[in-house]
Amino acid sequence: MIKNAPVLIIVVPLLASLINIILGLRWRALSFPLMLAALSVSAASSFIALNTVIDSGTIHYRLGGWAPPWGIEYVIDHLSGFVAVIVSFVSLVIAVYTRKSIEREFPGKTVYFHSIFLLLVTGLLGIVVTGDIFNIYVFLEITSLASYALVAIGPDKRAPLAAFNYVIMGTIGACFYLLGVGYLYIMTGTLNIADLSRLLPGLYHSPVIQVAFAFFMVGIALKIALFPLHRWLPDAYTLAPSAVSALVASTMTKVGAYLMIRIIFTVFQPFFSIEVLPVMNLVGWVAAAAVIFGSGYAIAQTELKRMLAYILIAEVGYIVLGVSFANRTGLTGSILHILNDSFMMACLFLAVGAIAYKTKNTNIASLSHIHKTMPITMAAFVVGGISVVGIPPTAGFFSKWYLVLGAIEAGKWVFAAVLLISSLMTAIVFFRIIERVYFTAADPGHGKSARAVMDEAPLGMLVPVLVMAVGVLILGLFSGRIITTVIQFAVPSVF
Amino acid sequence: MEFVIGKYNYWFYIFLMMIGLYAMIAKKNLIKKLVGMNIFQTAIILFFVSMGSKKGATIPIIQAGQAVDAAHYMNPLPHVLMLTAIVVMVSTFGVALALAILIYKRFKTLEEDEMQ
Amino acid sequence: MEVLCSARPLQAVLVSLVAAFLILLSGERHKNLRETWTILAGVIKFSLVASMVPFILDGKVLEYTVLTIAPGLLIQFRVDALGMLFGLTASFLWIITSFYSIGYVRSLKEHNQTRYFASFAIALSATMGVAFSANLFTTFLFYEIITICTYPLVAHKETPEARKGARRYIAYLLGTSVAFLLFAIFLTYNAAGTLDFSPQGILAGKASDSMLIVIFVLFMAGIGKAAMMPFHSWLPAAMVAPTPVSALLHAVAVVKTGVFVVVKVVLHIFGVNLLKDLGLGTALAYFASFTIIVASIIALRKDNLKARLAYSTVSQLSYVILGVALLTPSGIIGGVMHIVLHAFGKITLFFAAGAIYVAAHKSDISQLSGIGKKMPFTMAAFTLGALSMIGMPPLGGFLSKWYIALGSIEAGQWPILAVIAASTILNSSYFLPIVYAAYFKEPAAEHRQYHGVRSELHTPNSELKIHEAPALMVVPLVLTAIGAVALFFMPSLVFDLARIAVTSVTGGN
Repeated sequence: MIKNAPVLIIVVPLLASLINIILGLRWRALSFPLMLAALSVSAASSFIALNTVIDSGTIHYRLGGWAPPWGIEYVIDHLSGFVAVIVSFVSLVIAVYTRKSIEREFPGKTVYFHSIFLLLVTGLLGIVVTGDIFNIYVFLEITSLASYALVAIGPDKRAPLAAFNYVIMGTIGACFYLLGVGYLYIMTGTLNIADLSRLLPGLYHSPVIQVAFAFFMVGIALKIALFPLHRWLPDAYTLAPSAVSALVASTMTKVGAYLMIRIIFTVFQPFFSIEVLPVMNLVGWVAAAAVIFGSGYAIAQTELKRMLAYILIAEVGYIVLGVSFANRTGLTGSILHILNDSFMMACLFLAVGAIAYKTKNTNIASLSHIHKTMPITMAAFVVGGISVVGIPPTAGFFSKWYLVLGAIEAGKWVFAAVLLISSLMTAIVFFRIIERVYFTAADPGHGKSARAVMDEAPLGMLVPVLVMAVGVLILGLFSGRIITTVIQFAVPSVF
Repeated sequence: MEFVIGKYNYWFYIFLMMIGLYAMIAKKNLIKKLVGMNIFQTAIILFFVSMGSKKGATIPIIQAGQAVDAAHYMNPLPHVLMLTAIVVMVSTFGVALALAILIYKRFKTLEEDEMQ
Repeated sequence: MEVLCSARPLQAVLVSLVAAFLILLSGERHKNLRETWTILAGVIKFSLVASMVPFILDGKVLEYTVLTIAPGLLIQFRVDALGMLFGLTASFLWIITSFYSIGYVRSLKEHNQTRYFASFAIALSATMGVAFSANLFTTFLFYEIITICTYPLVAHKETPEARKGARRYIAYLLGTSVAFLLFAIFLTYNAAGTLDFSPQGILAGKASDSMLIVIFVLFMAGIGKAAMMPFHSWLPAAMVAPTPVSALLHAVAVVKTGVFVVVKVVLHIFGVNLLKDLGLGTALAYFASFTIIVASIIALRKDNLKARLAYSTVSQLSYVILGVALLTPSGIIGGVMHIVLHAFGKITLFFAAGAIYVAAHKSDISQLSGIGKKMPFTMAAFTLGALSMIGMPPLGGFLSKWYIALGSIEAGQWPILAVIAASTILNSSYFLPIVYAAYFKEPAAEHRQYHGVRSELHTPNSELKIHEAPALMVVPLVLTAIGAVALFFMPSLVFDLARIAVTSVTGGN
């Protein structure tokens, strides 16, 4: 078990998704437990793998015993172990949540939903654990295909259209990535990341390699909806079913960000993007624009999920911004933000999902006094919101702390200011909602007269929301421990 | 000039790619977008395939009694990769077509600007 | 300086946090139980804080590390004389305010009392956190918690005005703290590599002069809770809150947190010597003087009692800053003592304003004619509080003003002396007319009706009778008024603590 943990992380959910379809023909009720079991095994394996990495360093797992660079190698180091744990844990919690929400939204189709859900998680984890850039492409597309399908089943009439646009943009992104892979292969004849990392420095001045880097960046930027390539995201994430929005918002963009860090700092050595092809400044400005744009658009939204989608665009900006500082502190902030943001986003999207489940209406204007009926959900929402704003002691504050410190260390004052300004902008976003919910009397026509009775979403939805909220509250306080045991080794040692 | 003609296969695939990209972004009809997507993907497949081929070389199958001479073989790996990529692309196309059907059922049109 | 390791500061912080949970659990259905938690937490908190006094008076310091988040970034408490002075004041006044609150919300049948008491308890926890924090990081953490958890108190009435006031409240406090204070903290951390409060300051020689000036300005702009102009307008806006909130939070806990952090930054981050070298102390002193005078002038023109008190608070807060900014021992002693002495005076005034509102439903000064006969206790206390604000002996306010004046002479800043004189005149001219009207003017012939006023309380024959607020409200305000007097005659504890605090930063004399 322990020896094979790296491969179990993805093989178990992959097999489960196939078995699930077959089993589901006869025993529908088994589908949900099977999904939970598979994801639990996957999460446990990730924990074990990360633990092994912490104890004894990077794990190399040769798939089928073939030695690299001919065989595919799975590599788990501190960074990929860390992200794998986040993804597998968050998706497990969200899987619990889907039971109630999906049962109601798609009665009779839960089996298929569970299979696709598992495929999505498999893809995400595959991207994280594999050590082969073509293999990453395959997993990237498994993830994307699953998410296209999941977005399309959203309750809104326009959901398939959003999914269709997502397909188009996602495919362009994936193809650009594939082109990058092709260019690297022409020049080096290998697809193994460790090999590439060793072979590439001699070729850094070749225009082909530089073009390849550009293709990678654009491709990944499309996949993580980095401004200005974000157009597909708000529609897709708003119109998807709530549980799906929560999953894709909290994990997909984070894995994309992971991939970006991998390409910039592992496939290419850090000095490529800092000295040979100095793009870090450009990346920084793009990310800063994403932060400001995302927060600004979030203020203008009248619907909760769409608002969160724009917040997500800003959050992606944060992570990339931290990468662009190209110093230890900034990158620490980015990696920490991958963790914090996946909890924050899961917390917020799940809370909104619970509200939608109960009220079928997520317009901000109609939320007055919803805390009377759903106090716990709203409390979780407030915690998530405060974390996005970055107020201590919530988790969001701590990653922002490192990000701003990184900006100051890099002498990039504008970006430090951008980070703080965006905090204020998101403060407007969330305090507007808090004011609307807690301090605005409902329309006199309904509700107010009747004594409000607690009417929360079912326990199966409430518990995941709470888990995430508690995570947001306490993760920050442990960020020091997380940094010293994991993140400091995940940051490239040249910094 | 030598540069352009010598690498004509690459120019060809860039040309195809641009056609595909243009169709994906500029066309309003969903099916035309998908056709563009296919052209785009095919261009990339061609790129990979042509990169593995070699003039005068043969398929890399070792026959009994013959000496192994790597210079006479094409590089099989890009072709194998493309088999995987084709599978991915076909599934993407399938999903996209299914979505297009769903959209047509709901909106009774495939023109993006006619959808309400 | 001897350092003791003790969990007491942490306990003092946690007590009311635990109470907040118990309050939420009890809910509206078990009102008396809920109020018991509040009182109990107040008493325990005060005894915990008080139990640390002997150590501090012995010149020791209590320290407790809760959590290390990263090297140089830890949640740590350290109780020194300065923090003790503030913690003692806030926790003592919380007990009194709790009784008053109960009287107030029950008389007015306020809604959402559970939320009210819970937020109150959390606010006090965070105030203790600021008072006892050992570094800027911990300070900032609790500073922000105060902002967040007092927001529901300001917006409590849920009316459009309340929402507007609360919006301004959060915008100013959160805006300044994130944009400036946090930025200043980052710069400090980047320059000094630590955020620990140290009696000698941590920034000396760590950055260029111009950088230090930038950091200082950012700090002063960022601590919005100190209500220095131009970031003062949240305080009058916050007056939409129920009166006990204005009394404890916007006269003591929240605003004093602001000036306390200013004092901490001046003394423990920059240090007296560094600021003297940079000449920033004098600049700050004049800046504070400006606020003192202008806020007093604005106060003159306010007819709403609470608004006048609010501007008076803005002006008095700057006294603290002024005293400390003089950077002389007497000045610092005066400034630090003013934190306590102003608290007792101002809370009395707010309590009286609340009592008048509850008993007579009056909130404007022009309606207060003759009220002294109907509410003798309340108005007597009000008078004492007003005199303390003016700085008249034998009231506490005199002492701090005396020391600040002494400090300005020590520093050779004669204009500051004039500022103090002018502000005393202004203070008298906005407080004394109220007292005069209350006792010597005839009440207006007819009662105007105000919205929300239950007019059946005002039967004509009740006009001449004594009509005080409930005892739960009157007793607290009489107690705080007596406190304001007592502090004049027995200032030794306050004075000693202030002296210890000053000795540690100036190193002797």
